[in-house]
Amino acid sequence: MNVGAVEMLESRQDFIATKGKQKNQIKCDADSIAGCVSQRACVYCGARVVLNPVTDAIHLVHGPIGCASYTWDIRGSLSSGSELYRNSFCTDLKEQDVIFGGGKKLTAAIDELVAKYSPSLLFVYSTCIVGVIGDDLDAICKSATSRHGVEVLPVQSSGFIGNKAAGYRAACDTLLQLIEPTKQIWSKKAGSINYLGDFNLAGEAWIIEEYLREIGIELNVVFTGDSTYAKIKTAPQASLNIMQCAGSMNYLATKMEELYEIPYIRVSFLGLEDTADSLRRIAAALDNVSAAAKAELLISREIAKTKPVIDWYRGKFAGKKAAIYVGGGFKAISLIKQFREIGVEVVMVGTQTGRQEEYDTINELVDEGTVILDDANPAELERFMVSKGANLLVGGVKERPLAYKLGIAFIDHNHDRKHPLSGYVGAINFAEEVYSTLCSPVWNSIRKGDD
Amino acid sequence: MLDCTPKEMKPRLSGGLINPAKTCQPIGAMYAALGIHRCLPHSHGSQGCCSYHRMHLTRHFRDPVMATTSSFTEGSSVFGGGANLKTAIKNIFQVYSPDVIAIHTTCLSETIGDDIPSLIQSAEIPEGKLVIHTNTPSYQGSHITGFSNMTKSMVKYLAQASTTVKKDQVNIIPGFVNPGDMREIKRLLKAMNIESILFPDTSGVVDSPMTGEFNMYPAGGTTIEQLKDTGNSKLTIALGRFASSDAAELLSSKCKVPALALKTPIGIKASDAFLMALRGSFAQEVPAEIEEERGQLVDIMTDTHFHFHGKRVAIFGDPDIVTGLTEFVLSLGMAPVHILTGTPGGAIGSAVGSFEEDINGMLLEANLTANVKAGGDLFTLHQWIKNQPVDLLIGTTYGKYIARAEDIPFVRAGFPVLDRSVHSYMPLVGYRGAMRLIEMISGALLDRADRDAADEDFELVM
Ligand code: SF4
Repeated sequence: MNVGAVEMLESRQDFIATKGKQKNQIKCDADSIAGCVSQRACVYCGARVVLNPVTDAIHLVHGPIGCASYTWDIRGSLSSGSELYRNSFCTDLKEQDVIFGGGKKLTAAIDELVAKYSPSLLFVYSTCIVGVIGDDLDAICKSATSRHGVEVLPVQSSGFIGNKAAGYRAACDTLLQLIEPTKQIWSKKAGSINYLGDFNLAGEAWIIEEYLREIGIELNVVFTGDSTYAKIKTAPQASLNIMQCAGSMNYLATKMEELYEIPYIRVSFLGLEDTADSLRRIAAALDNVSAAAKAELLISREIAKTKPVIDWYRGKFAGKKAAIYVGGGFKAISLIKQFREIGVEVVMVGTQTGRQEEYDTINELVDEGTVILDDANPAELERFMVSKGANLLVGGVKERPLAYKLGIAFIDHNHDRKHPLSGYVGAINFAEEVYSTLCSPVWNSIRKGDD
Repeated sequence: MLDCTPKEMKPRLSGGLINPAKTCQPIGAMYAALGIHRCLPHSHGSQGCCSYHRMHLTRHFRDPVMATTSSFTEGSSVFGGGANLKTAIKNIFQVYSPDVIAIHTTCLSETIGDDIPSLIQSAEIPEGKLVIHTNTPSYQGSHITGFSNMTKSMVKYLAQASTTVKKDQVNIIPGFVNPGDMREIKRLLKAMNIESILFPDTSGVVDSPMTGEFNMYPAGGTTIEQLKDTGNSKLTIALGRFASSDAAELLSSKCKVPALALKTPIGIKASDAFLMALRGSFAQEVPAEIEEERGQLVDIMTDTHFHFHGKRVAIFGDPDIVTGLTEFVLSLGMAPVHILTGTPGGAIGSAVGSFEEDINGMLLEANLTANVKAGGDLFTLHQWIKNQPVDLLIGTTYGKYIARAEDIPFVRAGFPVLDRSVHSYMPLVGYRGAMRLIEMISGALLDRADRDAADEDFELVM
């Protein structure tokens, strides 16, 4: 059976729009419908992906084993130092813990881990079941902190509305707790910045750090790619926050502005246009004339290097169409721009957790007739990819085999990606990656209709 | 440094795990349910679990894995998830039209205590469609327990003894193995000319061919008719006690189909036992082509045994698979020194018996001793290896950290394998599977010998 042909649930229709066809806004940020093949993750997952790149922390999952197993070293964020975060720690709750409470077990596990690893920091994640059995994470962590002289911080990620956004929020709350300057009053380091919302999945944060260094701007700490306990503590001394993945970091940026008087600007280093624009805006925001001048040099040098390569790919991609289905709206927006740069038309855009403003921006960016959808299921993805004639899908792990089965090329823009997609080198990597799948000879082996 | 495991072993009393060798029940139930033709697994809980399970299975099989979720909200935790489940059942039949929905629970719905059977009773189920369920509390057992529970539920809901005389056919419960293994088992049965019902059967579901079309329900899977008919078979063979015995026992008590529990047929001994059992019960000779395969396997074993003799091996993974692998490496003359499963070992009095006893029995027969542990984790395994090094590690992808840290040749087998492809299409079971294992093991050992050889010792012929 071809699911593309099945009827669509009426209740799903509000979540889907076609540009140019209707005025009404797309519905988003709502719970998934019971009985859907939803692609969405949970609160714990959201919190974990934000905090996981803190490399010298122990990430202890308080819950049954599953949640810990599925998140063991899956977010391939790169570290320049400690690899402790790539181990999986779990209290492995059993039936008696569920009945009598898991607090004792958690305390014992914390004690044991501190003795074994002497970490500088320990995050304790609560999973959905902990919210129901009612272990008091705050109290347990507080007492462990004072007992060991090591910061043990709870991550309140036990909700299960299924929206990752709540998890981002929980993670940011924990980060704020960590940053909080207790006694010291931080003196500002003029001209230094924090970079929010880059998880250094494939070394992106390092690329950006290099650009900033070249134009004379010091990067204080990245949230949270390749960050450490000590580095995060220095966050308040920055004079500007630049924020990339707005979905996960908006709250942190606002809070830091309020608490430490650090203003923030939004940036994006995906694609040529956004990268240049971001570098210029950073220099401007810091009022740094020399940085602005150096940025122009960097931009023209890199453009001269990159443009011809991109143009070569543009030629190869003529007439190709792409579909996008990613986690956040911000990423979708960047991708639409990147596809434009390499001459690929975007015919479908979906996100799992996009917010209303982001959908508005998407709607402005895309061409007439492009399908926009929120929290899509595989049947919907199939239907629109096929009817819109997409040649390529950008998505996450679960969408890869779906695309392949349809004979559609695929690139992973999520946890499983292997090449950095940021900056100028990222722009080339992106084109190269699109090329290697879109123009692969393997698609020629598929039998078509009559042969 | 990726290796964060200290060599010194201190007692670990907290009961927490570091680098687990198991995962939670629901994913096993989901995988088993995929082995029913036109079945949609349904996860009764919050959508995060369902996403995790689908993602993990997708990474292993590299095929689409379809499953729905009850999408719990905060309200469900207060009022129970009943309303979500009823809506879900209605929506699923309306939108995805499976023939059967197989519900499993999650730790959340278990803790809340939703009464699934009575919810199913009061749900709107279209004519001719079915809903089955199993309980899979994540805080007990492991993914293997979940697989076993769902398989058992297939019997509970569907098996019927409808004939007075049992049919001359066998039920085979393959356990938590790859579709490649299931295909191999079916090939052997066909060669033996024995009618059989294999359940669950994920071949043709998670190894479906590329057609340029996406099929929500690929051609494979045990049909409902077949599952009903399991009650009329004259024998059930449960391959792998941990994953398969419970369902076989239930078939025996519910439909009076005698149950025979055998090891997962990995290696020559267990494959022999499987074929002998079939021959004995069905008065069928083992055909020449299978005899020939066995002969080839023995030929290969004798050709290569000097590569293996006395080599020290560590094996970890799911209990049935580890048991089979241990038996096989013993028959090659290797010395297993560390053997571990993440799944708890089975309580006294339960149908599955003790993993540790099984393994120790095999070792005793070979005059060997080893570290053996059920319910262990890879931190323990790594510490063992640091203290007593090995020449080879066999296990799931998660072993790669240990293999790298200790620079040990590594053979991937079991679930999950997330970093290599094709494995799910190829069998480990039967004589063919044993040949493949030998190829993998000797390949790993000899590649290492080549890498490490000094120029003067580097050999063309090995
Ligand atoms: S919440 Fe429970 S069922 Fe869900 S993934 Fe975690 S352990 Fe498994």
